[in-house]
Amino acid sequence: MEKMPKWADVVLIPLISLILAAGLSALVILAIGEDPVAAVKLMVDGALGSSYGWGYTLYYATNFMFTGLAVAVAAHAGLFNIGGEGQAMLGGLGVAVICLFIPWPHWTIALLFAALGAGLFGAAWAAIPAYLQAKRGSHIVITTIMFNFIAAAVLNYVLVNVLKPPSSMDPASARFSEAVHLPTLHELLAPLGIAFSKSAPANVSLLVAIAACLVVWLLIWRTSLGFEIRALGKSEAGARYAGISPVKITMIAMLISGALAGMMAVNNVMGEAERLVLNATEGAGFIGIAVALMGRNHPFGVFLAAILFGFLYQGGAELALWTKIPRELIVVIQALVILFTGALDNMVRIPLEKIFLAFRKEAN
Amino acid sequence: MDFLTLIQVLDSTVRLATPLLLACLAGLYSERAGIFDIGLEGKMLMAAFFSAAIAATTGNVWLGLLAGIASSLVLAGLHGVASITFRGNQLISGVAINFLAAGLTVLIAQDWFKQGGRTPSLLTSGRFGPITFPFAEEVKDVPIFGPIYSELLSGHSILVYLAFLAVPATWWVLYRSRFGLRLRAVGENPAAVDTAGVSVIGLRYAAVAICGVLCGIAGAYLATALQAGFVKDMTAGRGFIALAALIFAKWRPWQAMGACLLFGLLQAVALRFQNIEIGPIVVPVQVMDALPYILTVVILAGFVGKAIPPKAGGEPYVKER
Repeated sequence: MEKMPKWADVVLIPLISLILAAGLSALVILAIGEDPVAAVKLMVDGALGSSYGWGYTLYYATNFMFTGLAVAVAAHAGLFNIGGEGQAMLGGLGVAVICLFIPWPHWTIALLFAALGAGLFGAAWAAIPAYLQAKRGSHIVITTIMFNFIAAAVLNYVLVNVLKPPSSMDPASARFSEAVHLPTLHELLAPLGIAFSKSAPANVSLLVAIAACLVVWLLIWRTSLGFEIRALGKSEAGARYAGISPVKITMIAMLISGALAGMMAVNNVMGEAERLVLNATEGAGFIGIAVALMGRNHPFGVFLAAILFGFLYQGGAELALWTKIPRELIVVIQALVILFTGALDNMVRIPLEKIFLAFRKEAN
Repeated sequence: MDFLTLIQVLDSTVRLATPLLLACLAGLYSERAGIFDIGLEGKMLMAAFFSAAIAATTGNVWLGLLAGIASSLVLAGLHGVASITFRGNQLISGVAINFLAAGLTVLIAQDWFKQGGRTPSLLTSGRFGPITFPFAEEVKDVPIFGPIYSELLSGHSILVYLAFLAVPATWWVLYRSRFGLRLRAVGENPAAVDTAGVSVIGLRYAAVAICGVLCGIAGAYLATALQAGFVKDMTAGRGFIALAALIFAKWRPWQAMGACLLFGLLQAVALRFQNIEIGPIVVPVQVMDALPYILTVVILAGFVGKAIPPKAGGEPYVKER
């Protein structure tokens, strides 16, 4: 018998974890000598109070949807992909190569191939850790961490020695051509008569991210491959007994995960910067961990959690602008969310289970 | 490359290997007891900040060291509570600790010193100064031996010597003491330790605490000896290089020293030469940066001897079955 109803597991536990994280963050704000209530008001105003704020919130959320889905897909196979950051960096390289060297006639075709290229590069970067985990038993967490650092070195080398225009001092690629410019939400919504801020970076990749959420949902819960991935995640011995090859599923799950992380580059490299810069990912790969934990590895949960973190990122930037609270507050909140929803899950879960059991006894 | 350049590179190898070695040994205690720790980086960073902050405000570097160790111990305690008491995921706990340290250090530094997330630069009294060996000045001009003695061996801070002394000490504790035997056993087969009537939880907390102390010293070394003060993200991935060294050394103390010296040498060479020309081939500096990680992946892949971690690593121990 389940110890508590499913809704408590899916909704209540993340909510309590979030409240704990928010409470501790409020204490941190108090300790700095600022007013937490005013800070929350400022964050809501700055991130959700205008279409400009929404434009940034949704831009960040797009990144986090991709990286959150990447972590979630791997987690369903029982793998902890901590390498989303490196995979997203390589995805950026894929986007840059496709946008710089091929004269695209229209952004729609460019977007399709850029997404493919980004996914391919991201998947390739996940392939080696996946192979080593599947075939040689090397711990995927350690190898993906190592691959994050190797990715940073590769990107540094490529930007400085290959992609940097000779006249430039900045370690960044040349600007992409006008033809591959992705329409922003302003440009998309203007024909419909909806006014949206011109200067916000949210763009058509948001729709790609939402589509990715849907596809991942279909994949995990409506296909036999998804079933095999979940079976492997629940029990390797059970999966093997059912004739599922752990090597094959580990590879496939990690390739999909890497591709999703890589596809983030469509948003930040092609949609926003329109050139490849050093540290284009800005830690979004790691935020994917918090997003997936918060969203309970469900695509809809990831979608909501990504918007929440998008709000935190944009709100945090506003706080840094108007108060003494530095941007790093967001890193602390992110850490607390990971801590409570991930590592200290049992701390919330065990007392809650006891409460539900007590209620059940009374009802009987 | 002349002899003096070689000595200088080796000298900076020793300096750069020291924080790696301390963090590596820290991870060794924790992982040998079955607690994975990818939060070495965060603990070092926290200790670096608090040691620099206290050393800057009191002017006493020893108080700084204590503060660094204490702050690192707090994070180690958090890791212990999450992964031992609440049987949470040790890897996720480590990730959380890294972010917590990255955020809190800048947050507190900005609020405290208002210098953009750094501490004021430390004066001489707030830093660990070099220790000069006896007769170092006198023998300086003796060929070969002179530079080795007075440049390479003498003139480091006390924490450097402490780090290298910690290697035989760790070896002794691990392989010659009762505590070490139990520590290794708890990482391989905690049920057996429990059956023998020894507390699994107690041993694991002890290991995590030792890990905290060593990470604290590593962080303090970074901020008060290697550099003069704390700057944002100053650990710069050293915690992960230490982790890599630990795997490279297959969780053994002497080999850990070798791995840390090797990775320290790579850092020292990258710092001094940028691009290196070996005949017609130019090795770019990025290769030196990535080499520790590449070597670790190769070792993990099992192509050069298999790295087998402690058997019970990462598994929370559940007493009742």
